[in-house]
Amino acid sequence: MEKLIGILNDIDDSIQWEKEQGLIDRRLLDSFGVISLVSELEDSFSIEIEAGEMVPENFNSVEAIYRMVQRLQEK
Amino acid sequence: MSYHNPVYLFLFLPAVLLAYQLTPRKKRWMLLLLAGYFFFWTISGKLVLYLMGTTLFTHYIGLWLELLKKSCAESLEREKSSDNNSEKSQIKARKKAVREEYRKKERMVLALGVCVLLGVLGCLKYYNFFAKNLNLLLEQAGQGRIFEMKTLLLPIGISFYTLQAIGYMADVYWEKIPAQRHLGKLALFLGFFPQIMEGPISMYEQTGEDLWKGEDLRGENLSAGWSRILWGLFKKMIVADRLYVLVKAVFEHYQDYSGSIVVFAAIAYTLQLYMEFSGCMDIVIGSGRLFGVRLPENFCRPFASKNAAEFWRRWHITLGAWLKTYVFYPVSVSRMVKKWNRFGKKHLGKYLTRLGATALCLFPVWICNGLWHGPSWHYIFYGMYYFVILLAGAALEPVRAGVIRFFHINEKALYWKIPCILKTWVIVFTGELFFRANGLKAGMTMFFSIFQDFRLSVLWDGTLLDFSLDKGDYMVIFAGLLLAAGIGIIKERNLLKGKGFRDMSTPLRWAVYYGLILSVLIFGAYGIGYQQVDLIYAGF
Repeated sequence: MEKLIGILNDIDDSIQWEKEQGLIDRRLLDSFGVISLVSELEDSFSIEIEAGEMVPENFNSVEAIYRMVQRLQEK
Repeated sequence: MSYHNPVYLFLFLPAVLLAYQLTPRKKRWMLLLLAGYFFFWTISGKLVLYLMGTTLFTHYIGLWLELLKKSCAESLEREKSSDNNSEKSQIKARKKAVREEYRKKERMVLALGVCVLLGVLGCLKYYNFFAKNLNLLLEQAGQGRIFEMKTLLLPIGISFYTLQAIGYMADVYWEKIPAQRHLGKLALFLGFFPQIMEGPISMYEQTGEDLWKGEDLRGENLSAGWSRILWGLFKKMIVADRLYVLVKAVFEHYQDYSGSIVVFAAIAYTLQLYMEFSGCMDIVIGSGRLFGVRLPENFCRPFASKNAAEFWRRWHITLGAWLKTYVFYPVSVSRMVKKWNRFGKKHLGKYLTRLGATALCLFPVWICNGLWHGPSWHYIFYGMYYFVILLAGAALEPVRAGVIRFFHINEKALYWKIPCILKTWVIVFTGELFFRANGLKAGMTMFFSIFQDFRLSVLWDGTLLDFSLDKGDYMVIFAGLLLAAGIGIIKERNLLKGKGFRDMSTPLRWAVYYGLILSVLIFGAYGIGYQQVDLIYAGF
């Protein structure tokens, strides 16, 4: 989880990532932010994120992103 | 037949509603499907076969993908149970190999599905455009013309149902939805009559279930549906169809008009397009609602947008969502973008890497957006126009953020919002000028005329009365726009605290109904002296 927070802070350190539950819904993370994040996640966690995973439910909160990463790591 | 046509409103729709209610609940989807094909046939005749063919093919691809997924799951299960002595890492590696093998097969099937559907669309809609341009290139190179021009008939709504079908196949591939085994139900998703001509382009998970619930007709739905239809007719027949006369005159004889009239016509066309397309969407969404089907919204007060990106999140929403889901995101996880990101991180730094990735992902989206609207260079220019504007917006974002921080600007304050909204209007009006122009050359000439011959006096010296529109017509247009803007502001600022039309008292609600009906009857642009105006987006 710490590694993930580090990646997110690298994208934008003005957001309190742990507290936000609507990163996509409230547009704190826009499409371009998602692209950067996906690239970082793939490199850092050795996973492959498909376009089908790009849904708000997977990116709305740190927990959701973390759950997606864990699920893809198990594959 | 068309959605604003009396035959649709007073004959077809009531007849389908009556038949729907009389049909047993479990078979109502069949009636809706039959109505959809009949509606399609009244416009495109035997071309309905294209819709049927697309449905059959999409159904087959969906089932094929699901079969592969099932086989993959069985193979994985076999791998798991075949060798209990293997180490966990070995099992994992074997499972990964199996997954990869099936993923490749699934990708091939999806690619086949997408290529065939785009191939049909490409042949029917774009063949002559590409043939003409290739011939021009060959002539430049000293070769003769090779490609013959062909008369091709385009089925109504092909650009809409093709996107829905591709979206369905991709969703099955990504396992967002299971494949629909029932051919008739998939056919209804692709051929629901209110959506056939102009969308909205819905995803399977948005409307799939609603369509075959076969819900009884309910007072609440009928009231919401008919009021929405009335509001759509008001927008189209009172405002859009009046503006059509002016817009047509200026855009078809632009050489005869000064720059100020061109600006006036560009603004008029933008308003015409909005009132017409959003009005049609009101009729479409209202028609769906009568049957208890909630279709996705296509507009959300676009003229309140503070930048071009926000505008496209509020204008033709379902096309934007489709392009984002099925073009932007797949490109953003493609090898090309991944390679770029790795290269950029090493050599270019964060800002340039992100900007380059943005350009790589946005370019195909806006080429597709432009081409989707039609086989013409001015549509491609229109797409590229927004590509450049959105890319510039992304490039200048750090500057914007710096200015806001430095001057302690409150982004929610009107002193900031209003100039931003006005800037967006200028961008939108300019884009629509090229969009409506009769070709790219005409668009360029019109655009540059703005800077050569701009006299505001033409707005009050009687020139505007030359377009078969008298002062009364302009007053009606102005009143209609004012009403639409007023309702928009109330909704945007949530001035009624979440309450809406349904919360009004019964007498007030009926007063609104009668008001709308009488307005359309008295002020609607129909009858002698007016020509019936076709739906703009039905032509796409």
